[in-house]
Amino acid sequence: MKYYRTHVLVCVDPECLGKGAHDIEDALQDELVAQGLIDEVQVLETSRIGGCSHGPEMMVYPDGVHYVGMTVDDIPFLVEEHFLKGRIAKKFLLPRVEVKDEELSAPTSKEVRVVLRNCGKVDPENIEDYIAEDGYQALGKVLGSMTSDQVIEEVLASGLRGRGGAGFPAGKKWQFCRASKGTPKFVICNADEGDPGAFMNRRVLEGDPHAVIEGMIIAAYAIGSSRGYIYCRAEYPLAVRTLNIAIKQARALGLLGEDILGSGFSFDLEVRIGAGAFVCGEETALMGSIEGKRGEPRPRPPFPAVSGLWAKPSNVNNVETYANVPQIILNGAKWYASMGTEKSKGTKTFALAGDVNHTGLIEVPLGINMREVVYDIAQGIKDGKKLKAVQIGGPMGGCLPEEYLDRPIDYESLAAAGTIMGSGGLVVMDEDTCMVDIARFFMEFIQDESCGKCTPCRVGTRRMLEILQRICKGEGKNGDIETLEMLCKQIRATSLCGLGQGAPNPVESTLKHFRKEYEAHIFEKRCPAKVCKGLIRYDITDTCTGCTVCLRNCPVGAITGDRRKLHVIDTDTCIRCGICMQVCNFNAIEIN
Amino acid sequence: MINVQDNIPTTDPVAIPEKRAVIDQILEENRNLPGSVMVILNELQAKIGFVSPAMQGYVAKKMRVPLQQVHGVVSFYSFFTTEARGKHTVKFCMGTACYVGGADQLIEKSKQVLGVAPGHTTADGMATVEICRCVGACSQAPVVVVDEEMHGRVRPNKLQQILRKAQS
Ligand SMILES: Cc1cc2nc3c(=O)[nH]c(=O)nc-3n(C[C@H](O)[C@H](O)[C@H](O)COP(=O)(O)O)c2cc1C
Ligand code: SF4
Ligand code: FES
Repeated sequence: MKYYRTHVLVCVDPECLGKGAHDIEDALQDELVAQGLIDEVQVLETSRIGGCSHGPEMMVYPDGVHYVGMTVDDIPFLVEEHFLKGRIAKKFLLPRVEVKDEELSAPTSKEVRVVLRNCGKVDPENIEDYIAEDGYQALGKVLGSMTSDQVIEEVLASGLRGRGGAGFPAGKKWQFCRASKGTPKFVICNADEGDPGAFMNRRVLEGDPHAVIEGMIIAAYAIGSSRGYIYCRAEYPLAVRTLNIAIKQARALGLLGEDILGSGFSFDLEVRIGAGAFVCGEETALMGSIEGKRGEPRPRPPFPAVSGLWAKPSNVNNVETYANVPQIILNGAKWYASMGTEKSKGTKTFALAGDVNHTGLIEVPLGINMREVVYDIAQGIKDGKKLKAVQIGGPMGGCLPEEYLDRPIDYESLAAAGTIMGSGGLVVMDEDTCMVDIARFFMEFIQDESCGKCTPCRVGTRRMLEILQRICKGEGKNGDIETLEMLCKQIRATSLCGLGQGAPNPVESTLKHFRKEYEAHIFEKRCPAKVCKGLIRYDITDTCTGCTVCLRNCPVGAITGDRRKLHVIDTDTCIRCGICMQVCNFNAIEIN
Repeated sequence: MINVQDNIPTTDPVAIPEKRAVIDQILEENRNLPGSVMVILNELQAKIGFVSPAMQGYVAKKMRVPLQQVHGVVSFYSFFTTEARGKHTVKFCMGTACYVGGADQLIEKSKQVLGVAPGHTTADGMATVEICRCVGACSQAPVVVVDEEMHGRVRPNKLQQILRKAQS
């Protein structure tokens, strides 16, 4: 292996890329060549070293110097100063203010970080960093001093439940797979994270890939598996890259491959990439996809534990489920079970999004109530508006109104409220959100992603969508609500997989909690939240100064008016896109 | 069903020697991998940019699997495309957070700027406009992805500037 004296990590997160990180990286390479340093300094890409708000950013190791805000023209100077002369280029040092990671900020007092503990702290491309944070110690303990049954016992006792949606106890699943006959057995990590609004798994894969890998090796030992797959969605190229680097490094240290740590136990794994089908998150579809087929779910039983990938016993768990395992082994089941509620132990990550002041990733002990999440952690609703609903559980989840804020977040309570834990998407919606429109949106998603194998799911969701579209256009009829309710029941009862079975949830939960809004659309031809395009019109009030901004931004040219004169919107041409309202600096556009 | 063995267009990657070499190499590297069809198609999509009917036929023949199977996989997954695309790709995220954040207004604006609706390529072949599912940057909603580059918190009046990168 080549030895480099210095490594430069250039942040290639979306925001830094937008600020030209790739150009910086190229310039850096060129300059290192020009100054004859290319054999000593290695340039690598990484995700998120700071908050990206000062981007582009780079981190120099082993010095630990964090440079920000340089342009391509600054690179020759920077290279000469730091790498040739060994002086810190003060001008580009990170200003000594607190850096804010927009996706993951420092935990608030209500949070506990188990799965996210290393994210943003360790260099994901450097296994040594993970090891320095007690990484692979759990694996050492397992291989050195525990039997497979003891490992399963420990995971059972911790109360860890699957974090991918259904919440099945992880230890039980492992037990079933261990008891199954047939070789080889497969350990599979579900990194398909398809729920819109969810990015918890991505951050773990990008920020702490070894935690997932270590969890999988431990699972493999417990089950008696020699081969693993991580199925990652194609939308996450950085996660795939980080995982591949991590796997290579783990192999190099003998943590993957033959005879791991001299224990006689062998296990190796590889990453497989999806191709943009939501239903592949369903475990049987996922295995079909790994086999190189269409990702269509198949009936269970047989469960994967009995007949999974290539009809061999297989264990499928979510990224977060595996990432919890090393911590449970290291700190003990008791410690893990001390967090959470009686039936829902431990912590759960959520991706907060929507109309709250603070969005991003959080990790909280289960049993926390929604009010604490929305008002303490997310710091309340934006612009002093009122909360309308919290959408939890992804497209097969549901919308909960204000009254539910004081109930605990755990698997049972959420199910009782008509939604699911899901993988952790949590979208907060304010009073300006139309719940019928939201139901329509989710139905569109589900209808689009139905694999089409079951008629009720394929045809039923299309019918539901048509009805919802009509209601939103102001063409709702008496009896629509009843038809929707009937379709919900039928689809739920007769669909093969969780997608069809959960498809009615967004509609049922909004019907249950926001029925009045449906009625206003259907009977009064009115959208109370002023969202549905068929039921609103935009008008310009006399606070208009005639600045022409709206006129220039209207995509269809529906606005007319002379400079410094009151403008008007032609309602027939207007497509109700709302751009004029967003760009107006004088609040002169109103919805009627 | 598509018929691929006869009359392969001369512009098809299978008919262009350099492209054909890339395809052959991908096939060679992954030949013995279990479940190789997905991996090969993913690689082809990444390296060639699309998987034409002739390429599907070629893969089926070389891998000795039924053409239906290859075609079935290609048509199932939204990532695979069967024709050449624009030089640049503009994707509008239509995930929950972005939808709530006003993605549809951005799409309206982009129709005006680029002159094509999502699912289409501009007449000059510069940009293919698409709608995509959540790209996992919801806290930045609404998100527009131009090629590999993500732009967050995009306002309609900022869009034109972002789209410029996809116009040349
Ligand atoms: C339509 C559908 C999509 C799913 N998507 C995911 C997903 O993106 N990630 C995931 O971990 N589980 C997903 N699941 C759940 C999986 O089928 C499976 O239950 C889970 O991966 C098991 O892991 P766990 O026990 O650790 O939760 C999905 C299920 C359905 C029905
Ligand atoms: S319920 Fe829907 S998504 Fe699931 S297998 Fe049936 S058709 Fe496919
Ligand atoms: S919804 Fe657009 S990034 Fe998640």
